[in-house]
Amino acid sequence: MTLFATTQTHWRSAGRSDLLSLCLVLLLIALMLASLTLGRYPLSLREVAHVFFMTIPFDATGDYADKPWVVTEIIRMPRILLVTICGMGLALSGATMQGVFRNPLVGPEIAGVTAGASLGGVSAIMLGWSTAATVGMAFGSGLLALFAAFSLAMVAGRSSTLALVLSGVVVGGFCSSITGLLQTMADPNTRLPSIMFWLLGSFVSATYDKVLVVSAITLFAGTLILLLRWRINLLSLGDADARALGLNVDLLRWVLMALVAVIVAAQVSVSGGIGWVGLIVPHLARLMVGPDHTRLLPVSAILGGIYLLVMDDIARSAAAEEIPIGFLTSIVGTPIFAFLFWRLRARSWTNA
Amino acid sequence: MLKRHAVALEDVGFFYDTGRWVLRSYTIQFQEGAITALLGPNGRGKTTLLKLIIGALKPKVGSIGVLSDVAYVPQAFDTAFGFTALEMVVMGCARKIGLLSQPAREDLERSQEALGRFGLADFAQRPFHEMSGGQRQLVLLARALVAEAPIIVLDEPTSALDLRNQSFVLEWLTRLSREDGLTVIFTTHHAGHALSVADDALLMLGEAEYAFGPASAVLTEQRLSDLYEMPIKRIRVDHENGQFDTIVPVIPRGARHGSVFEEHSDTAVRR
Repeated sequence: MTLFATTQTHWRSAGRSDLLSLCLVLLLIALMLASLTLGRYPLSLREVAHVFFMTIPFDATGDYADKPWVVTEIIRMPRILLVTICGMGLALSGATMQGVFRNPLVGPEIAGVTAGASLGGVSAIMLGWSTAATVGMAFGSGLLALFAAFSLAMVAGRSSTLALVLSGVVVGGFCSSITGLLQTMADPNTRLPSIMFWLLGSFVSATYDKVLVVSAITLFAGTLILLLRWRINLLSLGDADARALGLNVDLLRWVLMALVAVIVAAQVSVSGGIGWVGLIVPHLARLMVGPDHTRLLPVSAILGGIYLLVMDDIARSAAAEEIPIGFLTSIVGTPIFAFLFWRLRARSWTNA
Repeated sequence: MLKRHAVALEDVGFFYDTGRWVLRSYTIQFQEGAITALLGPNGRGKTTLLKLIIGALKPKVGSIGVLSDVAYVPQAFDTAFGFTALEMVVMGCARKIGLLSQPAREDLERSQEALGRFGLADFAQRPFHEMSGGQRQLVLLARALVAEAPIIVLDEPTSALDLRNQSFVLEWLTRLSREDGLTVIFTTHHAGHALSVADDALLMLGEAEYAFGPASAVLTEQRLSDLYEMPIKRIRVDHENGQFDTIVPVIPRGARHGSVFEEHSDTAVRR
């Protein structure tokens, strides 16, 4: 089955796709600057620019003296950086998983990592742990979920894609059911609201510490994925063919899944579950540059940053109350997914 | 001149999870630079033998010695993503490209050149899945060529093709052997094709029974008719280049040979 073959519109040649990438990077930077001006306390670009060149403004009592500086540097800047890096990581992960599983309709959550990280985060909130401990717990349990899924596939005696998908479904389902149980047990006046808000995803609590942790992890894992990206082409041809071309299929698949899990676990731990980005954005990228992962992965990453940034701008400025971004990405993502589904209606699903 | 063995099977045996032998006691030397055709009924283990040769399966007993890298040409297949012909061919370079590297300009040029050899230079940017079965087979052949492996193994390279494309692919197998000195091993159901282009033929008669040797000596009327339990004729045809033997199954109108499905459990559907 071949999906989404748009022969005419691909920016197939290397030069043109480089130009496209450059334009997208510039757009992302412009959007990041514009996002600094958006919000409940509107700032002009001029004020934002001014903030960049000022020294930290303390008043006589040792408090910050300049309101635009506080809004920009303390509140918006870390959030915008965090959103961008998470969006990039999610879209890169999604594009990678779609290649690894030879199926354009899977997302980065397929290995059960998202559900595992969510369970860890919710448990930490239930226990009343600190933010740092919650982040650590979510990250750790996300990786634990991946390990469980891998082990399950191994016990089944196979490392085929189907075995991995099924193991991911089993582990993800298990984690989700425990998460559900914890929600019913949570105190509806204190814990439950923060659990719900966290599960729906939000960047409200962004700090520079979180930016630092997530950037380091995403940069490391993302760089490795990008270096391996051409081999995802081979992997997407199927195990037998890839093996005959000289690829160590099992090892490469495990490494890529582990790298994706690290990125996703880091993202969930700082902002809760954010679905659909990793599923939808690679499709948009594929429509622009075609399916070759050497071009698809970088463009997906940049586009993911742009997409999530726009979503977060809407989340924090469209209504008087902050809208959970996980809700927004779902409400926008599902119709797009339905459209893709509709486009596929006549095609066979059997040899995806 | 004594030729070396490109692939040497030494008392090779193999079975899948069922534990039933697919192959047993196969001892065969494939000559370097020769074209060898593998023939046999469905389910007799042709594809299994190919997989053993390319290293995708390991023999349960015995050993397989391979002189050099082996390039593999699968049957034309669908891809999950719409890669272009050029993107498909470049993948043949995988063994030469470092684990953390992407294809370089010269890899792309070499791939473009390989497409050109098969008359597909203008099709480089065409999506692979939109090409005809014959073109896809040639793209996969080009992909095997850029691997620059001295041994090339093909799984039923003519099965999906019309007559014109069948002869086109067969001509190419001959040229790869004669001009490039490649060792070519391919499976086929057409004994006539084997007789036309192959130097040697391996006829798989049973799990531990085979006939191997020069194609024209192996592919006799008697042996083929016995194996397939139907009349098969070897006939001489006149051609502008001389006289040739070819092999045709005799299927008289209205005749009933009776199904042989029960012998080939993997293909048993109905009688």
